[in-house]
Amino acid sequence: METLITLLVGVLVMVAVYLLLSRNFVRIILGTAILSHAIHLLILTMGGLKKGGAPLLTEEGSTYSDALPQALILTAIVISFAVTAFLLVLAYRIYRETGADNLDDVRRESDD
Amino acid sequence: MKINDVILRTVTKIIVFIILTFGVELFISGHNDPGGGFSGGLVLASALLLLYMTYDIETVHKGIPFDFKKIAGLGVFLAVASSAVPMLFSNQFLTQEKGDFALPVFGLTELSMVLVFEAGVALTVVGVVVTILLTISEDVS
Amino acid sequence: MIIPILILVPFLASLFVPFLYTYVRSKKIGWMVLPVPLILFVILSLQVPKLASGENLFHTIRWLNAADIHFTTHLDGLSMILGLLITGMGTLVVMYSIYYLSEREALGRFYMYLLLFMGSMLGVVFSDNVLVLYVFWELTSVSSFLLIAFWHQRKNSRAGAKKAMLITVTGGIGMLIGFLMMHQMTGTYSIQEMIGMAETLPTNDLFIPAMLLILLGAFTKSAQFPFHIWLPDAMEAPTPVSAYLHSATMVKAGIYLVARFIPVFGESELWFYSVTFIGLLTLLWGSFNAVRQNDLKALLAYSTISQLGLIMSLLGIGSAAMLDIPGVDKTIYTAAAFAGLFHLINHSTFKGALFMIIGIVDHELGTRDIRKLGGLAVFMPITFSIALAGSFSMAGLPPFNGFLSKELFLEASLAVRHLGLPGVHTWIPIVAWVASVFTFVYCMIIVFQTFFGRQQQQPAWVDRGAHDPRPGMLVAPSILGALIVGLFFFPNLLGKWILKPAMAAVYPSFGNPESLVVHIAAWHGLNPALWMTIGIIFVGTILYIFLRQWRRIYTVSPFSWKIDNIYTLLLIQLEGNSYHLTNKYMTGHLHRYFTYILLFFIAMMGTALTFVWRLTFNFSEDAVVTINEYILVMVMMAAAVAILFVNSRLIAILLNGVLGFTVAFLFVVLRAPDLALTQIVVETVTTVLFLLTFRFMPDWKKERPRRPVKVLNAFIAVATGLIVMITALIVQGNRLFDPISKYFEDAKTLTGGGNIVNAILGDFRAFDTMLEIVVLLIGGLGVYVLIKLKDKKGGDGNENQ
Repeated sequence: METLITLLVGVLVMVAVYLLLSRNFVRIILGTAILSHAIHLLILTMGGLKKGGAPLLTEEGSTYSDALPQALILTAIVISFAVTAFLLVLAYRIYRETGADNLDDVRRESDD
Repeated sequence: MKINDVILRTVTKIIVFIILTFGVELFISGHNDPGGGFSGGLVLASALLLLYMTYDIETVHKGIPFDFKKIAGLGVFLAVASSAVPMLFSNQFLTQEKGDFALPVFGLTELSMVLVFEAGVALTVVGVVVTILLTISEDVS
Repeated sequence: MIIPILILVPFLASLFVPFLYTYVRSKKIGWMVLPVPLILFVILSLQVPKLASGENLFHTIRWLNAADIHFTTHLDGLSMILGLLITGMGTLVVMYSIYYLSEREALGRFYMYLLLFMGSMLGVVFSDNVLVLYVFWELTSVSSFLLIAFWHQRKNSRAGAKKAMLITVTGGIGMLIGFLMMHQMTGTYSIQEMIGMAETLPTNDLFIPAMLLILLGAFTKSAQFPFHIWLPDAMEAPTPVSAYLHSATMVKAGIYLVARFIPVFGESELWFYSVTFIGLLTLLWGSFNAVRQNDLKALLAYSTISQLGLIMSLLGIGSAAMLDIPGVDKTIYTAAAFAGLFHLINHSTFKGALFMIIGIVDHELGTRDIRKLGGLAVFMPITFSIALAGSFSMAGLPPFNGFLSKELFLEASLAVRHLGLPGVHTWIPIVAWVASVFTFVYCMIIVFQTFFGRQQQQPAWVDRGAHDPRPGMLVAPSILGALIVGLFFFPNLLGKWILKPAMAAVYPSFGNPESLVVHIAAWHGLNPALWMTIGIIFVGTILYIFLRQWRRIYTVSPFSWKIDNIYTLLLIQLEGNSYHLTNKYMTGHLHRYFTYILLFFIAMMGTALTFVWRLTFNFSEDAVVTINEYILVMVMMAAAVAILFVNSRLIAILLNGVLGFTVAFLFVVLRAPDLALTQIVVETVTTVLFLLTFRFMPDWKKERPRRPVKVLNAFIAVATGLIVMITALIVQGNRLFDPISKYFEDAKTLTGGGNIVNAILGDFRAFDTMLEIVVLLIGGLGVYVLIKLKDKKGGDGNENQ
């Protein structure tokens, strides 16, 4: 299971990085979103998968999955939402103000 | 563009309350079960979101006349202030006191300062999410 | 407990002043600030008897236990001297500023900075923990920066402030490294504990580097050669600031630090050499350059540099008492440190008075240029008398306090010959003597070129209102003037109450502090020091009379050299080069920056994986995979790869949604219900967000980059993914430590919560959560501001929320 998820993380990182390296805003934003999915899964995998029940002490069972990565990811999900929202709005504003849809155009405009 | 959304509106009226209840339930049960400030807050926010999507902003604003930026600010204040309270009793910052109380209806219940802290978290989440969506949609329309 | 409050009060007051200023927009604000230093001074003075009886005040507020950093304050004789200077001079300077600054100035800001400085400076001298001391030390640099640039509309003020900041902060950072080295050696941050371990230190490898770095901090702060260049430019500050920071207190911080560390480093000969020689060099260079100045304030700046050098060299000679040299009477050398501390006080009195006098001249006549001034003695008799006392005291003439410390200095310079160390010969008294001659000359320039002669050429003075200023302005310099005379007649009072405990702090290993105190006498026979003084007066007078003739040598090298030029050259070169260099790679293209970051990541991690770690995979711990999990993973991979190839942004956004929801399902499968819940809601909201802005987003154009770029991008993407994957696999197979999560499984007893994840969020690591929601709030406000910003600029104003 761990290996499988790690392979998935690898593929997600590849896609995300490729998107990040493009010039179109929407691609870049999608890249960051996918990258955060990948990293969440990576963190979760680091704690070991399916090593026990859900980390709820009311559940039956003596072993629990590692709760620390889950706590980290929970905060990370919310933060990455805020980041995505911010980037989206940034792109939206740039597009409305300048009509540029990629970073090179913005750069050119600010140089003029 | 006028679309016939009577069904949507009717269903929303009912569903919003279910979602809101679910959000509160999530928030409270977070102590022992899945849920808590983040997910509870997010569910509450998505209920509000549904309202805003079904009706227009002005109509909802009449019913819920809050400035959500202030709610987010209030949330952060609540979390920080509740963290600082233990310092007044010469405990360390963020000591979360707890105790069992016999309450009517609920019976013997464990109450903890975490609840206040988590309420701050939930309020922040609600405030921020709704603020983001409202500002964007106000600007777009 | 008194001392931490003493430090805190100015800070609190400085916060309060701007608010007060919105109500009291006049000079009265000064009167409201005045009680702060005055009360602190009185409180501190009340501690003097306690200290004189040998007591020290220690107080620790425990702060960072894990890092051993505590807010420890320590009041002993040495910090008492500085503390009294800071609060005492502070009182006088505030009193003087009330009359000096006009109501048009930003008085609120001025007093705020001044109080900020006062608090930081008190922090420097009272802190026992070196890291806390360092923070206050840099705060004094910052407040000095703010005060020098008080008239920030002037270009020179800004340049001077920048220069002072750059030099003192550079030294400060060096000092910080020195402190960290000290910690490495001793395992403590407390100066007193370091002193306790002083004997074991010199054999340590870090001893010399730590010493030199700490000296760097002290020398830059105290404007020692060749770092003195910032002080003349700092004179762009308002005169009260120059009198306070740049002559009486802040520049003494370096001297304080040296005196403080004599017990630690005194046993090293290198310490003795560096402090003494740099001090003497600064003394000579400062006094020599003071003579060439035409601006009275610049003259005073150079004279301050030279006097600081004098004190520094005295401390250097004083530290010779710590050296292990047989057959030497150590009291001769402790007497030098005594003279240094004594002169520290004297210098503050006469230099403070002189700065204030020159401020008055500037204030009344609008110029400080000695070529334009002259004959003021008739018009400004009181001002003149104080200037006379200050200058003669600085020149070392009786009956002023400078005479006493100057005599002690000359004696110390004579005594050091007998030390028998290589390189220490008769040239030291000669340098001391020559520098004193120049000191005498510039003191005469201040008195005679400003207040005598040429009045017939300047009848306009009378019309322009050349007269003594209002009495209020004269109060502060008069008090200093009285001290200058008073200390001459009763110096031993100072010795008994103030200097004795200070000497005990400088020489803790010498036991009885009584034996360290020199009995100061104005007349002690016709000894060599007195003959030297007579020689100084004789030669100095001749030089002053023929000043015009020999002044030409200042145009001949090496006398015309300015260290300033090196600084300017370095700075300009540095700025220019770094500008060009930065422009080469900081092109403003995001994909370039990503390329740098990722290529570096690939290179570093790739090298480490191939050559350094060389660990093997180990899949034996893997959990079994069920068929539905396979399906989920496959869906995600397919969706991710498909995003790269789709033609419509709507589909891309929806595919991203697919990814998000599948992740949520994975969370369910992987026993993370909280994550699944949150992920589902977040994904919904995010998709709504995407669709909301969708209509106003640019088209999803198929990108057609050039082939090499495409290949490079693909390479980077694949390599990064592979490295992440391989690293993760290796990490899973080779656990170094047991997971710490067992601890959290006691959540029920520790926190009362049954949901471990929420227990971590709300209790174990609640601090993180608290800061996280702050970040969230900032993010939300960022979005809000980003959208609303244009409404104000565009001015259509229908959304004034």
